[in-house]
Amino acid sequence: MTESRHPAEGRNRPGPAGTSSAGTKVLGLVTIAGLVTLVLFAFVFSPADTDLGETVRIMYVHVPSAIVTYLAFALTAVGSAVYLKNRSEFWDLLAWSSAEIGVLFCGLMLVTGMLWGRPTWGTYWVWDARLTSTAVMFLLYVGYLALRRVPGEGEVVARRAAVVGLGAVLIVPIVHKSVDWWRSLHQEATTLGQLDPEIDGLQYFTLFLGMAAFGCLFVWLVMHRFRVAYLARQVESSGLQAAIAERRAEAVGDGSAAESRQTSTSEGVSP
Amino acid sequence: MFRDAALVFGKDLRLELRSRVGLNQVVPFAVLVLVLFAFALDPDSGVLTRATAGLFWVAVLLAALLAVQRAFSVETSDGVADALRLSGLEPAGIFLGKVGSLAVQLIALEVVLGAGVVLFYGADPTGVGLLVVTALVATLGLAAAGAVYGAIAAGLRVRDTLLPLLLLPAVAPVLIGATQAFEAALDGVPGDGWPWAALLGIFALLYLAFGVLMFGPLLEEA
Repeated sequence: MTESRHPAEGRNRPGPAGTSSAGTKVLGLVTIAGLVTLVLFAFVFSPADTDLGETVRIMYVHVPSAIVTYLAFALTAVGSAVYLKNRSEFWDLLAWSSAEIGVLFCGLMLVTGMLWGRPTWGTYWVWDARLTSTAVMFLLYVGYLALRRVPGEGEVVARRAAVVGLGAVLIVPIVHKSVDWWRSLHQEATTLGQLDPEIDGLQYFTLFLGMAAFGCLFVWLVMHRFRVAYLARQVESSGLQAAIAERRAEAVGDGSAAESRQTSTSEGVSP
Repeated sequence: MFRDAALVFGKDLRLELRSRVGLNQVVPFAVLVLVLFAFALDPDSGVLTRATAGLFWVAVLLAALLAVQRAFSVETSDGVADALRLSGLEPAGIFLGKVGSLAVQLIALEVVLGAGVVLFYGADPTGVGLLVVTALVATLGLAAAGAVYGAIAAGLRVRDTLLPLLLLPAVAPVLIGATQAFEAALDGVPGDGWPWAALLGIFALLYLAFGVLMFGPLLEEA
């Protein structure tokens, strides 16, 4: 039945009991150092912009959030595709973890964008191509996370979520190119591709510092989220194994009812 | 694959002809939505006439949710899902059959709704060519996306609440594109609408290809 497919079974080596390891501790310290340096450069060292004034400083959070969001959803798509191919629990959980952190950064991108839009455009929200497509992307992945939370259906949900995770990524290039394809109020992409001569050298450096720091933060968060998800699976399956063992012990004690109990147990197991 | 598609297509339409759930429930619901829009947006101020294209497609989308629920609830009760898997039909064929029967039902619905907006909202149907082509490609995309997400939500205990959350953002491009194309047609500038119709065609092709590839894993059971 299904329980034999569960990777946790048959593995006697106990998994890690926490989500921290030497690697993530070092990465965490690097991330903190990066974020502190970013705050210093964003608020103190880098100059105000000639056009945008002081509001340019919010870009050092907004643009890295956008890049990390793209990265996270791309990783979800890769994880989903590999999971559909070889049904590996690792890639399934990685896709899930990455999507969750991606939605977090997508929300951060939307909020910082709105806060920037208010003083610059005079309104929190405009229904232009970039903002609209980003909102749709956000909702698509909220739907993905809702599907992942459907209780008690195990592998069925994992497989269907993988299909959603693979399909939803199609919107990422649309969001990215929307400023070129439709006339948009949002500025065009300034960082990827060509170097914009209008942007000051120190501002440029701060932007890249922000991307590096946010990249580290993303990896750190995904690793912890992944380990939490992995441990949750272990607890789930160990509870299941314990319940099965208990029933088996009962059945052995009461020989006449053993067969009927056996069948009811296997029914209870299959999701 | 196409023979299997034709079988599923015929089966679904026969089910509809005999049960008339679409005719008795989904179509009246869509007309009801049109009437509710008239209550919500003051009919005398001309908002209804200006917003006709968008309201028409929102009504189609809401009714499509019900049609998709229906198309997959008939497959999950009484162990039909297992029978379908055991039938040896190709998953891609089942997908295409579902898309076909959904599309036919949605087209019928759109004809009724089209008459509704002409009669109630005073819409003046100009640019008929663009209207028809847009409706066809938009419906195909809607049916393809509906079949994919309908299968994803099918059989889950939370399917009724999950399907709108998954499907509506995914078909947001259809709402945008079809509304823009319809507006262009109704405003008498069909030239502005054709690129949107082409975009809807690309959307439909993408979702058809995606569904053909993905229906296998979706029909599998643990």
